[in-house]
Amino acid sequence: MAKSIDVSDLNIYYGDFLAVEDVTIPIAAKSVTAFIGPSGCGKSTFLRSLNRMHEVIRGARVEGKVLIDGQDLYGSDMDPVNVRRMIGMVFQRPNPFPTMSIYDNVLAGQKLNSKRMKKSEADDIVERSLRSAGLWTEVKERLDRPGSGLSGGQQQRLCIARAISVEPEILLMDEPCSALDPISTSVIEDLIHELKSQYTIVIVTHNMQQAARVSDETAFFNLSGVGKPGRLIEVGRTETIFSNPTDPATEAYIQGRFG
Amino acid sequence: MASTLDPRRKRSTIVRPGDRIFSGLSTSAGILILIVLAGVAAFLTIEGIPGIFASPDDVKSGQSFLPYVWPLVYGTLIAATIALIISVPIAIGVALFISHYSPRKLGQVLGYLIDLLAAVPSVVYGLWGIGFLAPNMAPIYQWLEDNLGFIPFFAGPASATGRTIMTASIVLAVMILPIMTAICREIFLQTPRLHEEAALALGATRWEMARMAIFPYARSGIVSAAMLGLGRALGETLAVAMVLSVSAGTVTANLISSTNPSTIAANIALSFGEASGKTVNVLIASGLVLFVITFLVNFAARAIVDRRKEFSGAN
Amino acid sequence: MTTLTNPPGPAKTPGPVDVHQELYGARLPSWGPRAVLGGAVVVAAALYVLAGVNVMLAALIVFAISLLLPVWSVVVEGRRKATDRLVTVLVTSSFVLAMFPLFSILYTVITKGTKVLGVDFFTFSMRNVVGEGGGIYHALAGTLLITGAATVISVPIGMFTAIYLVEYADGNRLSRWIRFLVDVMTGIPSIVAGLFAYALFVLFFGEGVRMGIGGSVALSVLMIPVVVRSTEEMLKLVPNELREASYALGVPKWRTVSKVVLPTALAGIVTGITLAIARVIGETAPLLIIAGATDSVNFNLFDGRMASLPVFAYTSVRNPGVPPEFSIDRAWGAALTLLLIVMLLNLIARLVSYYFSPKGER
Repeated sequence: MAKSIDVSDLNIYYGDFLAVEDVTIPIAAKSVTAFIGPSGCGKSTFLRSLNRMHEVIRGARVEGKVLIDGQDLYGSDMDPVNVRRMIGMVFQRPNPFPTMSIYDNVLAGQKLNSKRMKKSEADDIVERSLRSAGLWTEVKERLDRPGSGLSGGQQQRLCIARAISVEPEILLMDEPCSALDPISTSVIEDLIHELKSQYTIVIVTHNMQQAARVSDETAFFNLSGVGKPGRLIEVGRTETIFSNPTDPATEAYIQGRFG
Repeated sequence: MASTLDPRRKRSTIVRPGDRIFSGLSTSAGILILIVLAGVAAFLTIEGIPGIFASPDDVKSGQSFLPYVWPLVYGTLIAATIALIISVPIAIGVALFISHYSPRKLGQVLGYLIDLLAAVPSVVYGLWGIGFLAPNMAPIYQWLEDNLGFIPFFAGPASATGRTIMTASIVLAVMILPIMTAICREIFLQTPRLHEEAALALGATRWEMARMAIFPYARSGIVSAAMLGLGRALGETLAVAMVLSVSAGTVTANLISSTNPSTIAANIALSFGEASGKTVNVLIASGLVLFVITFLVNFAARAIVDRRKEFSGAN
Repeated sequence: MTTLTNPPGPAKTPGPVDVHQELYGARLPSWGPRAVLGGAVVVAAALYVLAGVNVMLAALIVFAISLLLPVWSVVVEGRRKATDRLVTVLVTSSFVLAMFPLFSILYTVITKGTKVLGVDFFTFSMRNVVGEGGGIYHALAGTLLITGAATVISVPIGMFTAIYLVEYADGNRLSRWIRFLVDVMTGIPSIVAGLFAYALFVLFFGEGVRMGIGGSVALSVLMIPVVVRSTEEMLKLVPNELREASYALGVPKWRTVSKVVLPTALAGIVTGITLAIARVIGETAPLLIIAGATDSVNFNLFDGRMASLPVFAYTSVRNPGVPPEFSIDRAWGAALTLLLIVMLLNLIARLVSYYFSPKGER
């Protein structure tokens, strides 16, 4: 499982507008990489380009290379649908499917693709995924209840369970805790630590303490001005970035002087 | 379909059969609607043109097209216009009552009640018009003739049955009330709370608040509601056909007599059963005229709504 | 905070009289409006019972007496308040006025319609019936068949068009045209839809064609725009986050639309379709033209005239025969049946949207 990501010279456009410019970043397998930076600096856009989710928006396109274990993500023979099966994603706001039960939500990836499987096999996947997401003990008695009946933190863990039930290689998280209370946040941070052993995790966060707590590597994004594209300023070991950044902008941001 | 229009859209070349079928189905459904509408226009034209140029001898009425259709157009317009004049103030009043004068909870229930009026089939309106409204209106018409006979509208002689163009217009007014009320109500409810509160904070009474905050905001919405109501009134068939007692070819300002002009729609409904040969084509041609009139009215309504969207800054 | 729990004694101390006067001005007593209205109703009721004035005149009297309220107000409270009260009276009366036809229609149809209602009325056709007896079996069957076929035609076309507009079109030129034409279709008079169906079928079957399916086609023209509109609204209400969640799981677009978006919007779509059916089931004019009228049962949509409830009610009034009263009674019975069906459909629509909307969404 768990693959590495190699991004080189990536530009992301929305129509004619250059949103993210010239990003080169290696991401190691089985590590947690945090993207930090002020609002609008393109970190979420960049994250979405890692599983081609940005293509949902009309007119979006990229230039450059994204290699997953040496395979070009944007190669002409790559199908974005298959890419997304390999690279799971968790969103800012918990978004369980309102028409499905907890059980069906976990199996959504399989069910929506009409994958046939035995009941026992399905039960196994549900239990394993919910256990990995740390939700099993809380919901095992009510798997047939609608997913939208859970609390915000539980819903987000349900979404994580849903993302890992299709056994992706990489897990992308787009500010997964920004809509949650501190207790749910800390549960999810613990979860990230555990998931690291199996998945390559990339997380976008606004919360610098969170980046410091959960990540091995940290990448700082910034934009040089309004209407200018976002850029990767620097990337390195999290301890280094937080204690001894090379770029003055990184230091200013980390010390809370802007953003 | 959409993706082929934009060459830059994506680099992926893989298209799944499922996706292709599904987008193909939905695109063709959309195109089918274009075809249907083109079909409506085309078939009406094909079958209507012989009617427009039919010689008077081939037609039951013994008239060429224009003299035949003119009184009908007149009747259609006059009935719809009176209906609108009656209905617009009531619709505004009802909408205002529901949105601002009654308690919120109650307002919803009252809204349902008004919507019930929209659910009544037109044939039921027709029956009601003949069975209840017309006989009850007859003495009023007599009174109008006796007391206001000097006004051309009420010149009389008043119809004894009450099945006049005035009665037909009242039925139409009731029929278009729900749609206009619904639109006005929506728009009144959308009035920015801040505007209303600003007016009230200046010491305005509720009516002054309505005049200062609600009406300026809702003006174009009211106009488009009225236009949509007018469109409905122009096209309504059965209620008019049942209520109105018609004398072919009448063009008169008199609203309460027993000789009334028919409307296009009602005339088609009444004459189609026994029509044959060129007469059918004449009727279809008159339908085409009605189509064009309603199209223009709806088009104007749409244009007003769209302009409002641009200016309101909503969305 | 603690002040709230204090006994309210000192707060009641009246302020200086002139301030009170300034703030409140001269006002009508709070029972004023109710008293005027009550008085008006009592006077009108008395005239109705004792002098036998007709209902409309009685209502007019209530209205006229209510106008005394603003007159009283202008004397006591001044012009501005009086105008406000006048408008309140007008606005309220316009609502009462609008309710009047509704109750009048319901009352008339129910009292006149229930006379003929019975088992026979629903199980007999009008074949070989002269005078009393007979029923609406043929018309009921025709209405259900024609409307059913119209639904079968309209729902797929309408739903797929809405899916195209919301999920695929992305606001391109074709979609703007479709939206515009759907609006135009909404305004097509029903009789024109009937003429269209006739003109279309004449091309294939020759002059004088009458067919049930023609009625279905005409009703579809009226129904499709309603289905498109309501489905479109419902699809737009589905949050984008759900689509993204599905894409992120590697679900292709068509499965996302069919298995996530449509189920989420289903209750609303069903409600919209039910209301659309309710709207066309009472249409008379197009059926009069293309489906015609008959006294016999006809289950074949593709062969010959087919009766329907609204057309039956219409023709029964139009050509009642001798003696006329039986036929007219039957017309009211058919109208009542139709009204009940429409109300039932409306009720179903409300219940569906109430009970089956996804919970936790709003």
